[in-house]
Amino acid sequence: MSACVGLSATGCRTFTATSSQGLALMHEILFIVSAMRLPIVMATVNRALSAPINIWGDLSDVMANRDIGWVQLFGNNGQEVYDLTPCCFKIAEDRRVLLPVMLNIDGFTLSHVVEPIETLTQQDFDDFLPPYEPAQRLDVNQPISMGPVGPPDIFTETKKVHDDALVASRIVVNEVLDDFGRRFGRSYRAVEEYQTDDADVLLFTIGGTLGETGHTAVDALRARGMKIGQVLLRLWRPFPFDDIRRIFTGRKAVIVYDRALSVGGPGGPVASELRAAMYGRPDAPAILSLIAALGGRDVRAVEMAEQIENAVRRAGEGEYPAYEMVGVRE
Amino acid sequence: MAVHPIVSRVDNPPGREGWTVIELRFHGRGGQGAVTSAELLAHAAISEGRFAQSFPAFGPERRGAPVLAFARIDDSKIYLREQVYEPDVVIVLDAALLDIVDVAEGVKPDGVIVINSPEPPAHFKEKYQFKTRVATVNAQRIALNLLRRPIVNTTMLGGAIKARGLVRLESLKQPLEERFGALGARNFAVMERAFEELVMEDAS
Repeated sequence: MSACVGLSATGCRTFTATSSQGLALMHEILFIVSAMRLPIVMATVNRALSAPINIWGDLSDVMANRDIGWVQLFGNNGQEVYDLTPCCFKIAEDRRVLLPVMLNIDGFTLSHVVEPIETLTQQDFDDFLPPYEPAQRLDVNQPISMGPVGPPDIFTETKKVHDDALVASRIVVNEVLDDFGRRFGRSYRAVEEYQTDDADVLLFTIGGTLGETGHTAVDALRARGMKIGQVLLRLWRPFPFDDIRRIFTGRKAVIVYDRALSVGGPGGPVASELRAAMYGRPDAPAILSLIAALGGRDVRAVEMAEQIENAVRRAGEGEYPAYEMVGVRE
Repeated sequence: MAVHPIVSRVDNPPGREGWTVIELRFHGRGGQGAVTSAELLAHAAISEGRFAQSFPAFGPERRGAPVLAFARIDDSKIYLREQVYEPDVVIVLDAALLDIVDVAEGVKPDGVIVINSPEPPAHFKEKYQFKTRVATVNAQRIALNLLRRPIVNTTMLGGAIKARGLVRLESLKQPLEERFGALGARNFAVMERAFEELVMEDAS
């Protein structure tokens, strides 16, 4: 990532990819990239952090990098990953944003699968994403300093500007996704809804593994008569508080699946964010936090359907804990 | 979200009306090409305009150790990222695995187990008390004769396609060429031979 900082600073469009321990190793530099406003794009194939040594998929790598100040998106299948990659550059390089963008892809269940993808032509890419014009660059003929010391009298102000920029990037994210949808007919939103219109119970997922398998679980529960829908979180940072509040307000219960655990903390990271978004609101739903699919543990649609039914029933009886790790073998 | 018509894959209705997905499980050993044949099959189905997935049982692979690979073929988009637990078709690249792996685990009642062996299906039916249909093909001999190598993964695809119409044989031509280059044609030939030679247990 340090090499990418140098590359991007000289004005190159810069991409890299990483995963798991590799992401953990570059943790220090990730903050530097965003604070220096370098529009690097990185694909992160989400896998567990050791120990025990585990190469399989979960979201503990990205969730440990929640606060690096990057735009963070999730692709739910191969097509989304393909489509969102050019969108990431367009978001990152927009002069209103100028921030790095991370595109998250579930390890193995998305990264090591053969599945059909509709491709774009080179002309499509060229039209959608014209050649990169850096806002500023290192140039020996016009020397500038990048990433200098930020003493106490300026550090707070830089953080304020960074936060304002990341929050405001939300507008550009929507614009770029809309533009992509208009051009190529595949529309994406920061938060996707499925069967939510009449639902009083919502399944809330992040990442394609539980997102797509959850889709089938929702269909099965609908077939059994449960008024359930699904919400898929595609934009993790900036967290889309407005969409989240609009969708979840007035529902009876939300079942949140997290593939990471804040050990000794409040449970799942996505559930925590949802609770923060809904805190103090009169029509807030019961938020049931489930931790599953850690370190590559396979979760079946039938299991998800059972876990959801079980959580809803126990919440109705008032006995659901702050969070629960499901599928734990006794 | 683009909403596709979705068939419930959880409450499998009686007679499986509306159920279009075909699920496959490949049993092999590390180095025998189980993962490759699952991928080739998915490519072939996708080239027919259908939806397909293929993936291995993820993990570090050791040459010679039992491995699994999976595939799904469907007419609509597949919303499922779990492994295959109730296969329609089980493909066994190495009959010696039958003594150490329960290849019949979870097979659907109308499913089929396709085994690489010179023995007739009845031999395995009796020995392992399989409740579902069994088909056999001497893929080892076909591969040795035509490929000059004891690698049976592509050969067994021909047998599986005969046992349960998965894709058109011709749809494998291009994936085989892309994968094996000049050897693609010979891999297609072994597939065709296995398709012809497969011995299917009587439906009765």
